[in-house]
Amino acid sequence: MVAWTLRRLAIGVLLVWLVASATFVMVGLAPGDAATRLSDPRIPAAARERWRREFGLDRPLPVRYAAWLGAAASGDLGISWTFHRKVTAVLGEVLPNTLLLTSLGLALELGGGVVLALVQLRRPHGKADRLITLFSLTAYALPTFGVALGLVSLFAYRLGIFPPSHVHSLAGESATGWPRVADLLQHLVLPVTAIGVTGVGGVARYLRGSLLDERTEHYVLAARARGCSERRALLAHALPNSLLPLITMTGMSLPFLVSGSLVVEVVFSWPGMGQVMYNAALGRDVPLLLGGTIVATVAVVVGNLLADVAYAAVDPRVRA
Amino acid sequence: MSAPGWLASWPPRLRVGLAALLLLALAAVAGPWLAADPTAVLDPAAARLLPPGASRVVVTRSDGSSVVASAAARSGDGWRITRLGTTEELPAASVAQVGRRFFPLGTDIVGRDVLARLLSGARVSLGVGTLALVVALAVGVSAGVAAGWAGGVVDGVLMRIVDAFLAVPMLFLLLFLAAVFRPSLAWLVAILGFSSWMGVARLVRGQVLSLKSREYVLAARAMGAGPLRIAAAHLIPNALTPLAQDAALRLGDLILIEASLSFLGLGVQPPAASWGNMVAEGQEVLADAWWLTFLPAVLVALTVIGAALAADGLQQLARADERTR
Repeated sequence: MVAWTLRRLAIGVLLVWLVASATFVMVGLAPGDAATRLSDPRIPAAARERWRREFGLDRPLPVRYAAWLGAAASGDLGISWTFHRKVTAVLGEVLPNTLLLTSLGLALELGGGVVLALVQLRRPHGKADRLITLFSLTAYALPTFGVALGLVSLFAYRLGIFPPSHVHSLAGESATGWPRVADLLQHLVLPVTAIGVTGVGGVARYLRGSLLDERTEHYVLAARARGCSERRALLAHALPNSLLPLITMTGMSLPFLVSGSLVVEVVFSWPGMGQVMYNAALGRDVPLLLGGTIVATVAVVVGNLLADVAYAAVDPRVRA
Repeated sequence: MSAPGWLASWPPRLRVGLAALLLLALAAVAGPWLAADPTAVLDPAAARLLPPGASRVVVTRSDGSSVVASAAARSGDGWRITRLGTTEELPAASVAQVGRRFFPLGTDIVGRDVLARLLSGARVSLGVGTLALVVALAVGVSAGVAAGWAGGVVDGVLMRIVDAFLAVPMLFLLLFLAAVFRPSLAWLVAILGFSSWMGVARLVRGQVLSLKSREYVLAARAMGAGPLRIAAAHLIPNALTPLAQDAALRLGDLILIEASLSFLGLGVQPPAASWGNMVAEGQEVLADAWWLTFLPAVLVALTVIGAALAADGLQQLARADERTR
C-alpha cells in the first residue's frame, strides 16, 4: 500500500511537471507577448523595451524556463503582470471563495442526485419517476450559463429576492458577525443553485440506471428472500454498491472544486479561480496563467489519488 | 404504410433523439432559405428589441439603407411614415421599396432578425460540434486501435499520453488557447477535438482487447489478413454500438463546451452568430428582453437532450441484442 501510494505520488509529480512545462512552452511560443498587450501607440518603444527587460522577456526561452522552474519548485510562482502582486498571494486570496462556492454546489449536486434517484426507485416507471427523469434530462442538457442567467432573471430581477452578483453587498462588506454571514449566505444561494441544478441531472440519471440494475442482482434478491424489506434492501444493500462509482466521479470533479465553475463565477461576478483565470487569459498574464494551471493540475492529480484511496478503503475487492 | 422492420425495432428514445437531432440539422442547413439575412442591421434605433411576433414596415431607401416604421402611407408624391412616434415625409424618389415584414421571434439589440440568427447560429454551433467530434473520433479510434492491437510498449506509451492529457485542466487550457489565438472556426474545431479524444481512445482500446482473442479475429489473422484490414473489417464494426453511444454523449458535451466558450467571448466571434454568443449578447438586456437569452439556451438544451436520448436508446438496443443472442 505504501509503495503503491509512493509510486502514484511520483507519477503525479511527473504529470504536474509535464503539464506545467508544456503550458510554459506553449505560452512562450504563442504569437505576440505580454508587451504587445500594451497596444497603446502612444507608449514609446523604449518603454516597451524596458518593460520586456523588467519581466525577463528579452532572454531566450530555455533560460526563462530554467529560471521559472527553479523558482516554481521552491513555491515562488512569480509576480502577476496584471495585479502587480505575488501570484501565490492572488491565488491564495481567491481560492477560498471558489472552494466555498464549489463545495456547496457539489454537495447539492450529489445529495440532490441521491435523493431524486431514491424517490424514482420507490416506484420505477411510475408518475414521479417519469417526471424526475424528464427533469434530470433537462437539467443535464441545459448549459450552465442558461441556468445561471435564468436564475438571475427570475429571482434577482423579477422577484428581487436574492442579489444577482458578488460575494457581499456594500452593507454586508462592512458588517461583522452574524449579519455578515447572513449577507454571504444570501449571495451564495443563486450561484450554488446554478451549479447544483446543472450537475444534479447527471448524478440522478447515473444512479437511477445503476440502482435499477442492482435491484435484480442476486445479493439483493437474497436479502429480499431473507425477509429484508424492499426499502432496506434498496438503502442498505443496493445503494452502497451504486455509490462506489460516484466516488470516482467525485474524485474527478475535485479539480472542479479548485478551478471553479468558470461560467458561474463570470455570470455572478464571483471573485474566484475561474474568474481570475478568465481575466488572466484575456490579459495574457503569463505568470498568473501558469500558476493557476499548476494549482489546477495538482488538484486533478490529488483528486484521482484520493478517489483511488477512498475506493480501496470501501471496496475490499480492489484492495488485493 | 408501416415502418420498416429495423426502424420498428429501435427503442422509442433512439427514434425521438435522432429525430430531434435530424430536425435541428435540417433547420440549420435550410436556414438561408427559411429566414432573412442574419447579419442585416435594418434600423438600430427603431427596430431594436422587437418582441416575438412583431411586424413593421420596412422602407428601403434608394441608397440601399433602410428605416423601419410602425406605419407608412402614400401622401401626394411621397411617403408619410410613422417612426419612433413622429411622422416624417419621404419623397418618392428616395424610396426604393416599401414592404411589411414579420419578425417571428423578434429582433435583437441592434435590430437583427432573431429567427435568422438562431438558424445561422445552429449552422455554426452544430457544425463546430460535429466537426470537433469527427476530430476526436479520428484521433481516439486510431490511438485506441493501435494501443489495443499492438500492446506492449506502444500500448504503454499511448495510454500514458492519455493519462497526461486527462490530467490537464482542460477548461484552463481552452481558455488560454482561445485567448491567445482568437480562434477562427477551424482552430476552435481543432482545439475542441484534441481536448476530447482521450475517452474514445480508452473505450476503443478496451473493446479491441476483448475482441482481439475472439475466434473470427484469430481466423482472419490465420488467413493472413493485415492489421489494417482486421481493424476495418472486424474490430471497428464490432465496437460500433458502444462507440456510437459514446459519440452521441460526446457531441452533447462538445456543443455545451462550444456554447460556454462562445458565451465567454472566446469561441465564435461576432458578428457571426452562435448560440453561445447570442446568449452573451442577450444577457445585456436580460431584464427587458429575456427571450433573447432564453431561446438560444433552449436550442442548446434541445440538441443535448436529443443526443442524450439517442445515447440511451443505443444502450437499450445493445442490451436487447445481448438478450436475443
